[in-house]
This record gives sequence, structure tokens and C-alpha cells, in this order.
Amino acid sequence: MSSSRKVRRVPLHLVVIVLALIWLAPSLGLLVSSFRPRQDLLASGWWTAVATPSEWGRFTTSNYQDVLLRQGMGRAFLNSFIITVPTTLITLTIAALAAYALSWMEFRGRQVLLMTVVGLIVIPLQMTLIPVLRMFNVLRLSGTFPGIWLAHAGYGLPLMIYLLRNFFGALPRELFESAYMDGATPFTAFVRLVLPLSVPVLASAAIFQFLWVWNDLLVALVYLGGYSEVAPLTLRLSLLVGSRGQDWHLLTSAAFVSMIVPMAVFFSLQRYFVRGILAGAVKG
Amino acid sequence: MTVTNKGRAHWFYLAPALLLLGVFLVYPSAETIRLSFYGPRSDVFVGAQNYLRAFTSAPMLATFRNNLLWMAVFTLFTVGMGLLLAVILDRVRYETLIKSIIFLPMAISYVAAGVIWRFVYAFRPAVAPQIGLLNAIIVGMGGQPVWLLIQRPWLNNLALIAVGVWVWTGFCMVILSAAYKGIPREMQEAARIDGANEWQVFRCVTIPFLKSTLAMITTTMIVFVLKMFDIVYIMTNGAYDTDVIANRMYNEMFQFNNYGMASAIAVILFLAIVPFIVLNVRRFRAQEAVR
Repeated sequence: MSSSRKVRRVPLHLVVIVLALIWLAPSLGLLVSSFRPRQDLLASGWWTAVATPSEWGRFTTSNYQDVLLRQGMGRAFLNSFIITVPTTLITLTIAALAAYALSWMEFRGRQVLLMTVVGLIVIPLQMTLIPVLRMFNVLRLSGTFPGIWLAHAGYGLPLMIYLLRNFFGALPRELFESAYMDGATPFTAFVRLVLPLSVPVLASAAIFQFLWVWNDLLVALVYLGGYSEVAPLTLRLSLLVGSRGQDWHLLTSAAFVSMIVPMAVFFSLQRYFVRGILAGAVKG
Repeated sequence: MTVTNKGRAHWFYLAPALLLLGVFLVYPSAETIRLSFYGPRSDVFVGAQNYLRAFTSAPMLATFRNNLLWMAVFTLFTVGMGLLLAVILDRVRYETLIKSIIFLPMAISYVAAGVIWRFVYAFRPAVAPQIGLLNAIIVGMGGQPVWLLIQRPWLNNLALIAVGVWVWTGFCMVILSAAYKGIPREMQEAARIDGANEWQVFRCVTIPFLKSTLAMITTTMIVFVLKMFDIVYIMTNGAYDTDVIANRMYNEMFQFNNYGMASAIAVILFLAIVPFIVLNVRRFRAQEAVR
């Protein structure tokens, strides 16, 4: 590369780096502030703490102890797992069974059923909240984990079925032909053949559903709203914003606690993660 | 040969899904449409009164205005910035690193994003040290600190929209970048050899190639923006003229206990999304036809 070309490219690098800094600074500020004692946090901006080596010794984990043990974020962390893991398993199992029938079984009305399921993708949650809440109140499912598992599964199904059916439907026909020659039943073909071949798409779908449920606020707010002992991280954090809105030492560390798992997923499984997110683009 | 269905075996596979879809999507949607013609406690039939009120009351009209503002600004910036990043990052060697940074906010919840940006916008009087990044910059340049979230009706709405843009730009960037890398390089080179400058290459080669992808993410962004709830709920809860349809619906339901009005708002939201359902299903049909 000639030096004149290098000079011409300086503005390009500047734009890229400024944009990256704009995107990074807010999260960086949160992370740094979550380790600063309350009085420091109110005395100077977080950037001063980064730029002043003498302040580095003052970083502390006491904010984290406070939010985890005294502000209920520890319990909420556990609740988020109790809500998210079974939801993901239930949704994926039920969606895989349905997607299999919709791709490889012949029956009347299959195409209509498929179009209906895909059409349901774009129904906004808001259309369902009041009747489902009333139903939950009658069945005493409000404020319970099984209630929210089922609700999330219902809301996640159309997209999951759509994703899995796209993949299952693209599997080669000969695969099934030889399996049936060897005497396989539809169910063994599903368990021994379809599922093992679909691991990448199952992983993407699982990650998408896991993060969608982990990061959800609205569904938890409506169906678990009045019951703090079952509240997930997002709900607990939003309560903290309402009650301790200016206590930045608590809000920053609590927010970071809620971000740890999604960030770990993001960094360790980036490939599936991006695929899952892209696949979820059509979700309504 | 597909599985020749001798009996009703397919129902065994479909029953759990159909049951959940029926209970959590189909029945409640129909019930919400019915409730939207009833009063606050769902016992008195009121005809179209909830809808009339929705389209005439001042707070609701402000809500619609805000959603239109979100739709225009959020969509323009997410898609525009995504496109800009897709094109310029293709020219630098540290592309992957920058992409990860821009995409990262997609991983976290809106609630966490809301806390992050409340902190960026944090306001303190001019006598105290500023702890929010934005006001520190404003004061550093000799200005007066602003309490952004109460600057109605434009600045505070734009401040909320900025949070949405921060979250969603990475998504647009990743999709557009994949499409951009699919453009045959010879096309762009040929245009350059014919004497086209970079802007002309962008306008006459790149844009026509990306047209269908741009249309797809624009529809997707519009659907998301119409349903935007969490950011507004966390940052202002709709106060100071920042309310949006989804947050309004939640408040009609839980704050005012007006189930008729809340249902009507949900139906309006649904109807606003229907054109995009049609686009989505059409795209799905087109894909099916190719297979």
C-alpha cells in the first residue's frame, strides 16, 4: 500500500474507531462504575477512575455482595435459570415434533396448517396478555414457574417450528428411504436421524429461545409481577430502577449481574449466536 | 417417499404444539378482539367507543405521534448505520473486532440497556461533578448540563430512540454485511475502471444489489419499533410525552384497570403490524416456491 493511499485512509479509520468507542463507552462505564464505592461514584465520573492509577486500588466488589445478597439479585439469578432452562427444553421438544410432522408426513391440510403456524409468528404478545392472565388467575398459575414456562413456550413455538421445519424439510429424501428399507419407524427416524443431523440448527434455535426468555421483561412483568420470590433478573432490576433510581452503585452492579450469562453465551458461542439472532429476525 | 400416513400418527407429533398455540395465541387473540368492544371491566358492551377514544384523546394521539417518530428515526438510523458499517468495515483489517463491539448490545436485555443509558444521561446540577458521560461532555465543552429525559417532546424521545439504535444497529450491520460480501467484486471493479467514483459505485452497484435485503430488514425494524415496550417502560414509563403504544397498553391494563381500552390498543397495534405479516408470509411463500 502506497503512503498516499495510507493517508487517504486515515478518515476511514477515524470514523470506524469513533463509532466503536461510542458503542463501547456506555457498557464500559457501567462495568467500571459497578466496582466503585458509592462515594467515589458520586464524586467523579468513571473515566477519571480509569485514567487515575492511584484510584485503581479503591475498586471493590462490595456493590456485588450488596445486590446479590441484600437486593434479591442472587435469588433472581437462580429464578432466571429456573424459568429459562425448562422453557427452552419444552419449546424445542414440542417444536421439533411438530416441525417433523409438517415436513415429512403426508396428511390433508398440511400446507394450510403450516401457513397458519407461520402466520402466528407476527401476533404481538400484547394481543394475548389479558385473556391469558385471567386464565392464569382462574387456574392459579399466576406467579408460578409452570405458568410462565407454558406461556413462553406458546409464544416461542411459531418461530421455532418455522426454523426447524425449514431445516428438516431440506434434508435429503433418500435418507428416509434407506431408513425405512432398514425397517425404521417414523419415530426412530426422527430420534436417530433427524435430530442428530440437526444439531447446528437446534443449537441456534436453543440459544435464541434461551436469550429471548432470559432477557424478557414484559411476560415476566405480567404473569409474575406481584410475586417477588419468583421474579427473574430483568424484573428485579426494573424494580430496583423504580425504587433506587439514583443509587448508581447498586444499579450498575445489578445490571451487570443480569448481563453476565448473555455475554458469556455471546463470546463462547458467537457463531451459533449470530445465526440464532438472524434466524429470529422474522419474530413478531 | 415421505412417511406414508396410515393412520393418525401425525396428530401425536402435532397435538402438543397445536394445544399450546391454541391456548396461548389463537384463543387469547380472539378474546382480546371481543374485549375491545367492552367496558373497563369487560361486562358492558360499548361498541366502538374504546376505538373512538383511542383515536381522539390527546394522550393517545401523542402516543401515536411518538410511535411514528420511533418508526422514522429508529428505522432510518439502524438501517442507515448498519449499511454504513457494513460497507466501511469491509475495508479495514480489524473488521471482526469492531463487529463484535457493535453487535454486543444485541445480547443484553433492554432493561440492562436502559440502565446503561440512564447512567449515560445522568443529570446533576452544574455545581456538582457530572457522573453521566453525556453531561460531562456538554459541561466540558462549556455548556450547561441538561436533564435530557424531561426535555419534551423531541429531545427526550430522541434520547430513548438512541438506546434502541444502540441495540439494533449491530443486527442490521451483520445482515447487510453478509449481503454486501455476496456482491461479485468484478461488478464494483468494472464500475471503477469505467471511471466511477466510490459514491457512484455505492449508488449504482451496491444499493441495487442490497435492495431486497434492505427491504427485509426495514420491515423487521418497523415491526420491532411498533412493539417497543421495555426501553420506554424502564427509562420514563411514558412520562413527559414519551409514551408509546405498547407501554400505554400495559398502563391501561395495570395502572387504570381498563381492560376494554387496553384490548383496543392491543388490536390497534396488531392491525398496524398486519401489513408486515402479509409481507413476511409472502416472502415465506417465495422461499417455499424456490425449494
